[in-house]
Amino acid sequence: MTATTPARALRREREADWLRLEELLDRLERRSARRLSDEELLAIPVLYRAALSSLSVARATVLDAALVDYLEALSTRAYLVVYGARASLASRIGRFFAEDWPRAARALGPETLAAGGFILAGAVAAYLMVRSDAVWFYGFVPTGLAGGRDPVASTDRLREALGGAKGTEGLPFFAGYLFTHNAQVAILSFALGFALCLPTAFLLAYSGGTMGALMAVYAERGLGLDFGAWLLVHGVTELLAVSLAGAAGFHIGRAVASPGRLGRLDAAALAGRRAATLLAGTFIMLICAGLLEGIVRQTVTDTRWRYAIAGATALFWAVYLYRPRWRSGT
Amino acid sequence: MSGASAARGDRLWRSLVTPEGVDLGLRLGGAGERAAAFLIDSIVVLAALAALSLLAVFAIRATGTIGVPGILWLLGYFLLRNFYFVLFEMRPRAATPGKRALGLRVVSRVGGRLTADAVLARNVMRELEIFVPLSLLFSEFSGLDGWVLAAGLSWTGVFTLFPLFNRDRMRAGDFVAGTWVVRVPRRVLLPDLAADRPDAAPLAFTRAQVDAYGVKELQLLEQVLRAHDPTTLAAVADRIRRRIGWSDREEDGAFLDAYYAALRDRLERRLLFGHRRADKFDRA
Repeated sequence: MTATTPARALRREREADWLRLEELLDRLERRSARRLSDEELLAIPVLYRAALSSLSVARATVLDAALVDYLEALSTRAYLVVYGARASLASRIGRFFAEDWPRAARALGPETLAAGGFILAGAVAAYLMVRSDAVWFYGFVPTGLAGGRDPVASTDRLREALGGAKGTEGLPFFAGYLFTHNAQVAILSFALGFALCLPTAFLLAYSGGTMGALMAVYAERGLGLDFGAWLLVHGVTELLAVSLAGAAGFHIGRAVASPGRLGRLDAAALAGRRAATLLAGTFIMLICAGLLEGIVRQTVTDTRWRYAIAGATALFWAVYLYRPRWRSGT
Repeated sequence: MSGASAARGDRLWRSLVTPEGVDLGLRLGGAGERAAAFLIDSIVVLAALAALSLLAVFAIRATGTIGVPGILWLLGYFLLRNFYFVLFEMRPRAATPGKRALGLRVVSRVGGRLTADAVLARNVMRELEIFVPLSLLFSEFSGLDGWVLAAGLSWTGVFTLFPLFNRDRMRAGDFVAGTWVVRVPRRVLLPDLAADRPDAAPLAFTRAQVDAYGVKELQLLEQVLRAHDPTTLAAVADRIRRRIGWSDREEDGAFLDAYYAALRDRLERRLLFGHRRADKFDRA
């Protein structure tokens, strides 16, 4: 009865290591990894393997359920740290801009074209409808967004709306509102893609419709060209961002509806992660669009310059996202 | 309950074999736990939002313009609504405060690391699962047609109730991100009940008396001893005494401690020789 049982021997030999591992994991989870010294970080995988071997021994020879439970929980926590270890935040962000985002954009090229097509179709349809009967305008543009730019406004009033800032203090608030609104629409079109693409397509066409209806009002007064410049300064970036978010939604919907050779679970997970990378990119584009809209458009009022800036942004995104890359991926 | 015994019959148990070849075994978070965690997180978000709104109102009153406080409120609302979950789950613990309270965390379904894109994907799907149905519910007041409302709600309800329709309790977000929510409870190292205690006089049990039970009963006894409830202790001690024919009447706790140590010693010895006696009916 006094002979050493396996449990007692195991505990005597290894208990200090378990407690040390537990303490390191606690510190790692509570604060950032930076607080641990290099030595301590290197000790974790070693202690993890020791804990795993203790677990194997305990399962085979020890009938103390609490001990086995403890070792299971400890090993699982350590496993998630050892095999879930991530690169530093800075290098992850660098990788996102250098590789992940452009790659996701290129991979989703067909979906992006489709999304752009829905926006365009919505815009053209709304344009034609409003040109034929101005009442349709109110169906496409919510009154809050129109801000007095409706079919009954005077031509001067319309032209004035295309001008620069008049030093109004509500302007930054409006820009902030536009950003959060657009980002929310981007998130929505991503999520709705899961419902088999259709709601996303509707959302995209509706966004296009708002634009087309406004265009129709301006074109009627011969201000179409100026309106185009006003819109495209930030619109190139914003429309591309909305198209990419829609593409992300389509990508998910497509993977769920027809998973192809992979199983539905794997296909959806792969598509979802790729689409989420692209969605993260659209947030950045929408911030850029907000800045272009809030600052550049208010200071540059000349139509030709506005077109030049719109062209430059289009070129920038085309080169950044779609330029061919030969580097082999990891 | 130990992993080995819980694995049988638990529908939420999944094996997780590490590259070292050890099956750690994971228990998925159940629908109830998940809902409770979400409830806690919703309360946190709503409280933070209320505080933010109050601050913004005071700031706007004080400065007399919407300007900066308005923008901060907008961005704060946006971040809370969309990134509260994302930022918490991207941290090493991979859990929001609500999940942490229930011992849950997010892990990648294929093992390996949980990437930022997966966390983003699983959380923006909440838009479809929670916000679209909510906005449909509240649109009742803006005069949406009843049938349209019913159709919309039943369609989006499919996504809200998605976790109940699959074995792995995945939300639509988990499905799209390739993630699982698992229970990783924290456990402390409890003392060994069979450890030597110099003050306790060992009781001499015969071979037949320690052969009365198997592993299942041993671990039940362990639970009883750790819970240390006097009435249960008395009842269990009584049953064991009757079964093994023990007539000495020492104190219940001391008797059970001694019997546990003897039984475990016997069963562990047999285990070393390759025989695991599952329970008292196992006579091999």
